[in-house]
Amino acid sequence: RRSGMGRAMGLAVGLLLGLLLVPAVLVSTSFRRGAPPSEPTPEPAEWELAWGAVPEDSLWPLPQRLRTSGRQLQLAPGRFQLVHGAGSSLGPGCGLLEDAFRRYYEYMFGQSRRRQRGHRPLGVRGEPELWQLQVVVESPDPGCQSYPHLASNEAYHLTVTDPVAILKADEVWGALRGLETFSQLVYEDDYGSFLVNESEIDDFPRFAHRGILLDTSRHYLPLKSILTNLDAMAFNKFNVLHWHIVDDQSFPYQSIYFPELSDKGAYSYDHIYTPTDVYLVIEYARLRGIRVIPEFDTPGHTQSWGKGQKDLLTPCYSGEQPTGSFGPVNPILNTTYNFMTKFFKEISSVFPDAYIHLGGDEVNFDCWKSNPEVKEFMKERGFGIDYAKLESYYIQKILDIVSSYNKGYIVWQEVFDNKAQLKPDTVVEVWMGKNYAHELSSVTEAGFTAILAAPWYLDYISYGQDWKKYYSVEPLNFTGSEKQKKLLIGGEACLWGEFVDATNLTPRLWPRASAVGERLWSNRNVTDLRDAYKRLTNHRCRML
Amino acid sequence: AENEQPCGTPCTQLLVFVATPGCDGFPSLDSKESYKLSVSEGSLLLFADAVWGALRGLETFSQLVGRDENGTYYVNKTEIVDFPRFPHRGLLLDTSRHYLPLRAILETLDVMAYNKFNVFHWHIVDDPSFPYESLTFPELSKQGAFNAMTHIYTASDVQMVIEYARLRGIRVIAEFDTPGHTLSWGPGAPGLLTPCYLGKVPSGTYGPINPILNTTYQFVTSLFQEVSTVFPDFFLHLGGDEVDFTCWKSNPKIRAFMKEMGFGEDYKKLESFYIQRLLDITSSLGKGYIVWQEVFDNGVKVRPDTIIHVWKENSPPYMEEMANVTKAGYRALLSAPWYLNRISYGQDWMAAYQVEPLKFEGVPEQKDRVIGGEACMWGEYVDVTNLTPRLW
Repeated sequence: RRSGMGRAMGLAVGLLLGLLLVPAVLVSTSFRRGAPPSEPTPEPAEWELAWGAVPEDSLWPLPQRLRTSGRQLQLAPGRFQLVHGAGSSLGPGCGLLEDAFRRYYEYMFGQSRRRQRGHRPLGVRGEPELWQLQVVVESPDPGCQSYPHLASNEAYHLTVTDPVAILKADEVWGALRGLETFSQLVYEDDYGSFLVNESEIDDFPRFAHRGILLDTSRHYLPLKSILTNLDAMAFNKFNVLHWHIVDDQSFPYQSIYFPELSDKGAYSYDHIYTPTDVYLVIEYARLRGIRVIPEFDTPGHTQSWGKGQKDLLTPCYSGEQPTGSFGPVNPILNTTYNFMTKFFKEISSVFPDAYIHLGGDEVNFDCWKSNPEVKEFMKERGFGIDYAKLESYYIQKILDIVSSYNKGYIVWQEVFDNKAQLKPDTVVEVWMGKNYAHELSSVTEAGFTAILAAPWYLDYISYGQDWKKYYSVEPLNFTGSEKQKKLLIGGEACLWGEFVDATNLTPRLWPRASAVGERLWSNRNVTDLRDAYKRLTNHRCRML
Repeated sequence: AENEQPCGTPCTQLLVFVATPGCDGFPSLDSKESYKLSVSEGSLLLFADAVWGALRGLETFSQLVGRDENGTYYVNKTEIVDFPRFPHRGLLLDTSRHYLPLRAILETLDVMAYNKFNVFHWHIVDDPSFPYESLTFPELSKQGAFNAMTHIYTASDVQMVIEYARLRGIRVIAEFDTPGHTLSWGPGAPGLLTPCYLGKVPSGTYGPINPILNTTYQFVTSLFQEVSTVFPDFFLHLGGDEVDFTCWKSNPKIRAFMKEMGFGEDYKKLESFYIQRLLDITSSLGKGYIVWQEVFDNGVKVRPDTIIHVWKENSPPYMEEMANVTKAGYRALLSAPWYLNRISYGQDWMAAYQVEPLKFEGVPEQKDRVIGGEACMWGEYVDVTNLTPRLW
């Protein structure tokens, strides 16, 4: 329980902490990882602390390099504009940025009633006015009409000084990240004036894959829920929506080639995602620099597929008789692979991302073992009684199918653990909690790219401030060479849907997932829980 | 009722018969909530002793009505005889750790009615904030609320809650927890809390209510006079839990008082001294009281009709405590296994469901003294953004 300190005590402690922390942040963030500092560390005396509001108090995730001074600039909602800067390779034709400008204006000034152009009141404040934020995107191929991808450049440089602030980014994705940060720098003082401190920020993500997993099979999630979540992801600089769209319990994805899958497999006709719904999610995400990676998990986790696709799943046997129940996808039939070829052709064209998640986790072998035809097949192929070999046989064929559509793939760790033949650019997602560091070592040692989910299963709720335990994870704490460490491209916070639907998704996922967001974006040495607490509480209120 | 003409099919009226007149009063611990529901071809009848039973019956009836694939509403032929096993079925909300806007409280009262809860235990103030706007001591919320303009409950807010609850047969029992859990009272009531000492000098921090000053008891009397008028229920919850003795021990005037009174080093005696006087004040105001178990555990002399609220899971194990409390002749309320703020993964409703409140060694008279229990939603990690899905 928080016991209240006397107000005077609290303020004194807060000031002291602030005085200690700001220089600490400045010093630690002016060093690039590995390389020596390229600019002299500025004298701490140069910056005065603005009384009370320390701007860094609500930045989340914390930028890589950040310098602020006590010098405040005013913004007038009626006059301030977000515009394309001179020399930018993008202009008003870039719908993505135009949309972002409007969105961020609303975030910053939406609550204000002073949005009409008005006369500047005389003598109220002496601070200079900030008229504009100019956005300059430098690359000749900035990506405005395209989709974000793993190698997208999200770096940006923000200079906030009068009369105009400048946001420079190589690609439009960096501009989006910079807009989010800028909006976090703007604050209101006690009199309702919008202020921003003179600052310079140089920022880029530590990890390129920063994802959230949503499960729309255990419980259907209405579109609104998913879109709200994409907004929250953008506030936290997440850039991947891992859409675990179907599973055992229901099949809400309305397939064009195989409409029976959702007709028979969804909870109801109201609990589906039409092609339009799917497109909306993909576009809404794109406008926020978020990739949508769908997961069609096979051969396990497929009970709902069997309702609309006869003979896809393996019939289980008790002795000589079929029991009437079904197991994983049947790996021995040609019809299975004909179906998958056609199905993944559709998926490959519906989802523009370069990657598809193919699942491959938790395959229960009991049903296969019970089926006489499967047993016969095992013999024919010389797999003996090693059903992992049958699983790998199936997975390999799926991987080949998906490759033929020029997609890369992500798989759960079992696919690697069970020694399937994987293409070198396969991404392995490590999810098993026991000794995941060891798994990361193995996966990267074998030369595969990895993403980490194991310590970030946010569906496992518990009492108290569990965000701290997610924040304290250091993804690179595993044995391996520098080369290996580079193969860990990021991670994902997972919100499995067994006990989650639209009634509780948002408060369960946020702001706990924010802890993961900072861990994946910010510098490795940003680990101070007390500073994080201060910034996270402010960030949460802002998100609300 | 027996002389009523049967209605045609389909029946268009649920006829409600209440035996005892009077529906303008407030529900109480003794309210009769029993009812009989009789649904058959030609008649839909709800009989209740008192209006409170009618409310319970209406809820049940609404749960019986179904809708088929054609959209037709139907109800099956049914006979129900119903009454609550325990007369005190409560829910605790904490509006001090986080302020809860009125709409959140009212929504909770609606859902309580769906579940036949009949007591709203309003843990309204505590250490972090004092949102209760007092007429007698307006400074308490002015200085003690998170925001004196927005994070308060005005007199009309409070009346709204009480009436909204009444219309659902729900009693509102306010808890003004003392002498601990009172840090937010300090700013608006200088001199109320004990100043803690570091050696010979005050440290600047404060502890529980100062039990040795006459002004304390004058204040408490005035405040509880107001609270007794504002809240119509017979019972007030006086708290009395988790009193930290460190601050008292550090204060030289208190140490002197302890000596004077011959309490030695036993600060439980000082706590009891305060509680005793508080209970007397409350009684003199014509109210009954509920207290947390420490008051009983620390041997305070309480009136025989005191209700002891058991909240600790261990030390002692709560079933043992239930046995002890009822053996000593007091009525008991159980909350220990129902701290719903302590979330965990999975279907934890089952653990709550499987609690058997009377599972302790005792004679039938003891068992009769268990008047019910309360599910508690403490507010450390709860506000309007997550209250409803966490509680229901």
